[in-house]
Amino acid sequence: MTATPSTPTLKDLAHQWQDHSYAFLDESSKRELRRTMLKAVALPGYQVPYASREVPIARGWGTGGLQATLSLIGPKDTLKVIDQGADDSVNAANLRRFVSRMTGVATTTDATAATLIQSRHRVPEEILGERQVLVLQVPDPEPLRSVEPDISIARQMHADADYGLMWLKLYEQLVRYGRIVQGASYPSLVHGRYVISPSPIPRWDVPKLHQARHLTILSAGREKRLYAVPPYTDVRPLEFDDIPYAVEDQSGHTCFRTGVTQKFMNELPQDDGSALFELSDAGYGEKILNAAEGDGPAPERTYFNDEGRFYHDGYLK
Amino acid sequence: MTVTSSNSPSHSHGADIKVVPLQAPRLTTEAPILTARGVSRQFGAVTALKDVDVTLYPREVLGIVGESGSGKSTLLRMLNLEDQPDSGDYTLSLPEYAGQNLFTLTRFERRQLRVRHIGIVYQNPYLGLRMKNSSSGNVAERLVLAGERTFATLREAGKVSLAASEFPLTRMDDPPIQLSGGMQQRVQLAKAIALRPALLLLDEPTTGLDVSVQALVLDTLRRLRRERGMAMIVVSHDLGVIRTLADRVMVMRHGQVLEHGLVDQVLDDPQHPYTQQLVHAKL
Repeated sequence: MTATPSTPTLKDLAHQWQDHSYAFLDESSKRELRRTMLKAVALPGYQVPYASREVPIARGWGTGGLQATLSLIGPKDTLKVIDQGADDSVNAANLRRFVSRMTGVATTTDATAATLIQSRHRVPEEILGERQVLVLQVPDPEPLRSVEPDISIARQMHADADYGLMWLKLYEQLVRYGRIVQGASYPSLVHGRYVISPSPIPRWDVPKLHQARHLTILSAGREKRLYAVPPYTDVRPLEFDDIPYAVEDQSGHTCFRTGVTQKFMNELPQDDGSALFELSDAGYGEKILNAAEGDGPAPERTYFNDEGRFYHDGYLK
Repeated sequence: MTVTSSNSPSHSHGADIKVVPLQAPRLTTEAPILTARGVSRQFGAVTALKDVDVTLYPREVLGIVGESGSGKSTLLRMLNLEDQPDSGDYTLSLPEYAGQNLFTLTRFERRQLRVRHIGIVYQNPYLGLRMKNSSSGNVAERLVLAGERTFATLREAGKVSLAASEFPLTRMDDPPIQLSGGMQQRVQLAKAIALRPALLLLDEPTTGLDVSVQALVLDTLRRLRRERGMAMIVVSHDLGVIRTLADRVMVMRHGQVLEHGLVDQVLDDPQHPYTQQLVHAKL
C-alpha cells in the first residue's frame, strides 16, 4: 500500500533524523511540560509544579521559559526571543541561537510574524494574535512571598483565595511613598480567582494580558512552577477602590530613533545631564525604521495608541 | 436574717419572716458570650489542658492566672482558634455562628471568624505585628482581611483605632520596630479592636513593660472596657494586673482549673492550697 501524493506520510511529517533529541529535551520531559501547561491553561493563574530539567544555561537565566519554549516548538514555528524588549542582548541572542540550532526553526525580530515568543520581562507593543504564544521567564512566581514567607501557608491562602494581605502591601507603599511604587510583577487577579505575579513585566505591560488574543505561559525554572493566562481571560491588577491602577506615564517621551510617542521607553542618560528616550521594544522600532525606508511590512496596531489610550476602552481609568 | 434563698427550707417555720428572693448578679442573668466545655489537649505525654470549662459574660473581664506551663496560653490559643483541642466544645453567641461548635469550623471559616470577631494582644509583639510595616498598616491589616478595599477608609479606621488605644498619631506611620515596648502593645491593641470584636484576648499584655508604662496600658484597657463594653479574657501571672482589670478569675495549674470565682473572693480568701501559696508568694 502506497500513500497518494496528497496524503503526507509519517516520514514527510517527521523532522529529519538527528543524533540528539529534537528541541534538546527528551520526549518524556516535553510531554510532562505539555501536560503541565494544559493544566495551567485549565486553571488560569494557578501555579502548577513541574520537574524542571537541566538545560545548558544556568538557573535564573530563563531556564523556565526555555523549557516551555522547547516543549512547545515545532518545525513550522517562527521564534522571537526578547530580553527586556531587545532582540540583540546576550541573553536573547544566546537563547535564540540555541533553540534554532536544536530545532532548525526560523527566527524573527518581528513580533507579529513570530508564532512563538519567549520574553524576559516585556510584552511586545504590537497587539499579538490568536495563533501566537508568549512565554515569559519568571524569577519568582509567588505573589504572596512578600507578605507570607511560609510557602505552605501561601498555598493555603491561594486555595482559600485569601488575598487581603496583598492590599496591605499596596497600603504600605502609599503610606511610605504617597504612590504605588511597585514597578514590575504587579500582582494581578486572573479570571477572578488566582492572584499571579506577572513575571517582572512593567506596569505598562500588565493590561496587555487582559482579554488578550494570545496565550501567555509564565514559567519559573528555578522555582519549578508554571502558570498561564489563556486567551480571552480577565486579568485585573489589584487596586484600591479610590486609587485606580495606573501604568507608567510615558507622555513627553519621544523615541529619538523613530519619533514614536506613548510607548514604553528606555531612558538613556547623556553626558550633559539630559536624557534621550528610545523604544524599549527594539523589534518594533526596527520595523518602523524599515517600513519608513520601504523595506519591510508596516507596523501593526499597538496596545496603546499614539495618545496613550489602551485598546480595551474603559479598562484603564 | 432577712435575706434567704427562696428554695431554702428554713423559712417554713417562721411565717413572720419576709422572704426576699436572692437575685443573681445582673452579669450572670445574661446569656454568656463565650462558652467552652471540656477542652482537653495532650501534647505527647504532656497534658496541656484537661477538661477546662470557660464561661464569659457580656462586658465581663475574666482573668486566668497560673504559673508557667499551667496551660493558660494553650487555652488562649484554643479560644483564638489557632490550635485544635483533642476534645471539647466552644461556642460564641454571634448571630452567624449560633449554636455551632467553633472547633469544627474549617480552616477558612476559622480565619474569617478570628479576623472579624476575636482580637488578641500577645505578650511578644513580634507575634502579633509586622514589625517593618507601618503601625497604621498593622491596624489596617484587620480591615483589609475583612474585605475593606478603600484606602481612605483604611487610613481613617487606623487613625480612630490608634487614637482609641492612646497611641500618638504623629507616629502612626512609623514601623513598630522603631517603637518602645509600651507603644508596640498599643499598636497590637489598636489592631485587635479595629473591627470592634466581640471578644478580646490578652496574653500577658503588660509583661515586660516597666511599672509606669504598665499602669498606663492597664488604664487604657480599663477605659476601652468601660467605653466599648468588650468582653475580655486576660491571661497573666501578675496578680496585680488581674486585680486591676478582671471581674472574675480562674486559677490554673497542670492544665486544670483549681479554683474560680470573683476576683476579691479568690485573691483575698483563697481556698485551694495552691492559690493560697500563689497569693502569698509576693516579693
